[in-house]
Amino acid sequence: MDSQSKTFWRYFKRNRLALGGLLVILITFLVAGFAPILAPYDPGKTDVSLKLKPPSTRHYLGTDQLGRDVFSRMLYGSRVSLSVGFVAVAISILIGILVGALAGYYGGWVDSLLMRFVDVMLCFPSFFLILTVVALLGPSLFKVMVVIGITSWMGTSRFVRAEFLTLRERDFVQAARALGVRDRRIIFRHILPNALAPVFVTATLDVATAILVEAGLSFLGFGVQPPAPSWGNILTEGRIYIFDAWWLTVFPGLAILITVLSFNLLGEGLRDALDPRLRGRR
Amino acid sequence: MAQYLIRRTIYMLITLVGISIISWVIITQAPGSPIALTLDPKVSPKIIEQMEKNYDLDKPIYQQYFLWLKRLLSGNLYSFKDGRPVIRKIGERIWNTLLLNLVAMLIIFSLAIPLGVFSARRQYSFLDNLGTLGAYLGISIPSFWLAYLLILGTVKLFGYPVLGMRSFVTEDFSTMEVVLDRLWHLMLPSIILAIGGIAALSRYTRSSMLEVVRQDYVRTARAKGLPEETVYYKHALRNALLPIITLFGFLIPGLIGGSIIMETVFAWPGIGRLAYQAVLARDYPVVMTINTITAVLVLIGNFLADILYAIADPRIRYR
Repeated sequence: MDSQSKTFWRYFKRNRLALGGLLVILITFLVAGFAPILAPYDPGKTDVSLKLKPPSTRHYLGTDQLGRDVFSRMLYGSRVSLSVGFVAVAISILIGILVGALAGYYGGWVDSLLMRFVDVMLCFPSFFLILTVVALLGPSLFKVMVVIGITSWMGTSRFVRAEFLTLRERDFVQAARALGVRDRRIIFRHILPNALAPVFVTATLDVATAILVEAGLSFLGFGVQPPAPSWGNILTEGRIYIFDAWWLTVFPGLAILITVLSFNLLGEGLRDALDPRLRGRR
Repeated sequence: MAQYLIRRTIYMLITLVGISIISWVIITQAPGSPIALTLDPKVSPKIIEQMEKNYDLDKPIYQQYFLWLKRLLSGNLYSFKDGRPVIRKIGERIWNTLLLNLVAMLIIFSLAIPLGVFSARRQYSFLDNLGTLGAYLGISIPSFWLAYLLILGTVKLFGYPVLGMRSFVTEDFSTMEVVLDRLWHLMLPSIILAIGGIAALSRYTRSSMLEVVRQDYVRTARAKGLPEETVYYKHALRNALLPIITLFGFLIPGLIGGSIIMETVFAWPGIGRLAYQAVLARDYPVVMTINTITAVLVLIGNFLADILYAIADPRIRYR
């Protein structure tokens, strides 16, 4: 490990909340990966004689209105939340880096034009915009990911632009330019690696937001379509039975809360450990 | 200041044009709509006819944009569902949404600022850490889930309905009872709508406060022997609150986005619920107009926040 990573780790490991978040995220990943092995029942198998049974030793989290095992469905549902979170954020990060790098590196009218565009995009309440576009295109897991990605890159682009504005004046960039290195290489090989720290922080926090947005879309019926299980749609289907079968509402919501909380804690921990100005505070 | 206002207004108009162009692009040029709709056998010929009237699909592309804008502004854009002017449909409901959002905003500011100041005063104490944890929970909790839990709890505890804007039977209510009934129905949705904002704003207040108390003038105030309370609540607080003012512009998009879910859960007759029903009915003129209107509201909110900031802080001289 180089000294920078060492300093980062020294500060990061002190933050118990962030470490806890990281641990929960790792467990969620394992659960999503090994869902077929861990699930005691087939998540799609219905058995009406077992419908709406409360949690017991046979069905840890009870059964739903069709007699499906909620625990098994939740294990599979973790795949949806994680993949929406990561794919959507990967898309938004790529767009954000591209827009921010171009605006910050070239400045002038390119910068003005791109940043006005960012301002306009920021005026649309993003959840509304996402709902509209998903409704226009028709709901599917893939479309939800893409639409969340292309409507949430504005924050990243502002951070990247700010980093580029200062970095482009530094000596090593001037030197590269004097040597005749092409713009594209300067942007992606010389400047970008130095501008990535805030991007990681935003990315982690954005995963949390994306998971919440997907749950909200599922709740309104525009997320992953049943019978495929997602935390959002288990909750939505269960809400009609809230007075008789609380477990259908409580457990998926709790899973969403814990996962989103973990990403938020990890993101804040990364921010504290990466930003030298914040280090002295703890 | 006058010069700044003029420049800021011009800039706002440019953003407004941008908002309208993006709205128009999404509704008319997005893949799958509205051309692909005509291939869908479920769509009635009446909708297709309405669509061609709304978008002038036979005209060149730049003309389509201007005609759309003209229709939008003159109230000649019609709903696919019932053929009524979109502007009127929205006008009937927008006040209910504004009421809900204003109350939420009020709750956010009146709770978050004291919470943040208190947390900063006792940095790293047990209560401060509890506040930090609470703030993280506040931004992580799915609002519709919290809403269902609270509805379940309230109905079981009080046995009084919470959905809608008012109870069904109100004829024999006195004025006082009507007001209380309204407030009761307003309570849950506005509180849940406010939770994310409270969490975020109290953290901003806390860090702003912590930043200010480290400054030289605060040390000077302490050095000349002023009581700690005066230093804290008079000298430091004023400056710490300045950046907080501008945050109300930043809270609007979240509140309006949250309104869709809250109005749907609580059967609140506002534009969020109207938008959701329009989305379900594929009533795109309504959906897009609401999108445009909310973007304009956000723009105006940001503008007001900037002006407030300039009025509140004499150091800021906009040029």
